[in-house]
Amino acid sequence: MQPILDIKNLNKTYAGGFEALKNVSLEIKPGEIFALLGPNGAGKTTLINIVCGIVSPTSGSARVRGHDIIDEYRSTRAIIGLVPQELPVETFESVWNTTSFSRGLFGRPPNPEHVEKVLRSLSLWDKKDARIMDLSGGMKRRVLIAKALAHEPDLLFLDEPTAGVDVELRQDMWNVVRELRESGVTVILTTHYIEEAEKMADRVGVINHGEIILVQDKETLMLELGRKQLFLCLNEPLGEIPPILSEHDLELSDDGNELVFTYDSKQERTGITKLMSELDDAGITFHDLNTSQSSLEEIFVGLVHRSR
Amino acid sequence: MRRTLVQSIVAPVLSTSLYFVIFGAAIGSRIAEIDGVSYGAFIVPGLIMLSLLTESISNSSFGIYFPKFTGTIFELMSAPVSYVEILLGYVGAAATKSVIIGSIILVTASFFVDLNIAHPIVMVLFLVLTSVSFSLFGFILGIWADGWEKLTIVPILVIMPLTFLGGTFYSISMLPPVWQTISLFNPLVYLISGFRWSFYENADVAVGLSLGMTIGFLVACLLIVRWIFSSGYKLRT
Repeated sequence: MQPILDIKNLNKTYAGGFEALKNVSLEIKPGEIFALLGPNGAGKTTLINIVCGIVSPTSGSARVRGHDIIDEYRSTRAIIGLVPQELPVETFESVWNTTSFSRGLFGRPPNPEHVEKVLRSLSLWDKKDARIMDLSGGMKRRVLIAKALAHEPDLLFLDEPTAGVDVELRQDMWNVVRELRESGVTVILTTHYIEEAEKMADRVGVINHGEIILVQDKETLMLELGRKQLFLCLNEPLGEIPPILSEHDLELSDDGNELVFTYDSKQERTGITKLMSELDDAGITFHDLNTSQSSLEEIFVGLVHRSR
Repeated sequence: MRRTLVQSIVAPVLSTSLYFVIFGAAIGSRIAEIDGVSYGAFIVPGLIMLSLLTESISNSSFGIYFPKFTGTIFELMSAPVSYVEILLGYVGAAATKSVIIGSIILVTASFFVDLNIAHPIVMVLFLVLTSVSFSLFGFILGIWADGWEKLTIVPILVIMPLTFLGGTFYSISMLPPVWQTISLFNPLVYLISGFRWSFYENADVAVGLSLGMTIGFLVACLLIVRWIFSSGYKLRT
């Protein structure tokens, strides 16, 4: 299947000499939700801005549905929607006018029904005649999303879409993104809320210092790089881990009431059975146990830390 | 729409009408004719040119600077439109507005003084050329400016003095010979002189030279805009 976005050896060096992107290559499949994660200044926004035509690349290429973003910019930009990180809005315009204007700017004929549908899906219909300057920050964020969806894009960039928005709006946005995916729209999102990527994304890419350090299916990533931990709630607190258990990857909580065993769930022998047997031999009993898988956030922090 | 009408049409018409009342009727009635034209009628082309220049520059410079200031220019830069289309949009809108304002001022002036347009086609040509040229200049100014101060300093400190010293209210032949020579270095002398010629067939410099200078300014602005777009100066990093 032809990727909807095909980036090859993309480099960007700003006038001051700062290398924002270093030989970035990335393929995005049609219809997927791709989360691009990275710390501040990693190059996420530069990458998005190059694809959207706001920043010029130093070298390399990017193609959208097979069209070059520079030579065939009309074809590529017409099917891209962008929700930027900041809140740049036409202060004096009404919600309806600014959304309808965006549709026309991207070459689509007027379609009041579609604009209405977009505004309703973002709970903006009641505010359609309000001037943007009178809206709250969260509402302005919704307006930006409405503007990006007005021309029915096939590829939508959401650059930190939920930064600084309340829980209700975040839930609304997740619902909108799910609906978009169901309608076949490809979504690329950057976010600081790793929980968001964990819930929404099909695939995850991690960028740091302008280099893509990992691209993988979210499930595979969590399985391969994630750690599992077994928590044992002890009946009697321990002062220290007995020497008989020293061969296991064990940690004792500060109050001595919980023993944490970290293991690799992909191994044929995880060591749990042996640990249980040795606990029994040492006379250590417990009244409760549970296991947990490390989160995407922990994996992300680990990856970024390693790439420094 | 109402905001546009009040700010863009009513305000310049009102201020120009005041010029006619003061310089045309009150003071002008005590001034002798210049080259056989009453003073009130003599200043009409200069006043139209004054409004045309200031309106063209301010409309197009604010037009492109405001999206840069608010950040909404990202949408324009990411839209499937060419630089020529962007230019047509901003400069075309500013120039159209200036031509409308110039025409309204012309009609307004006809209520105060007896107007005679000897060469209407040349008059329209100067009106359009000046509007387009200075809208282009304003567009360049709006791209260059990175603060409100820069945006206003050029019209106030450069364009306004040049317009007043360019023969808006007088013929440069009324100046001492040295100042006549110095005035010829003021590009706005050629615009005002050529425009006035289309009304009364009186000019400080030859009309062909005026037309040439106006077209030269237009070409210079177009070349600068072309460089801005090809280099992405202050538009694309």
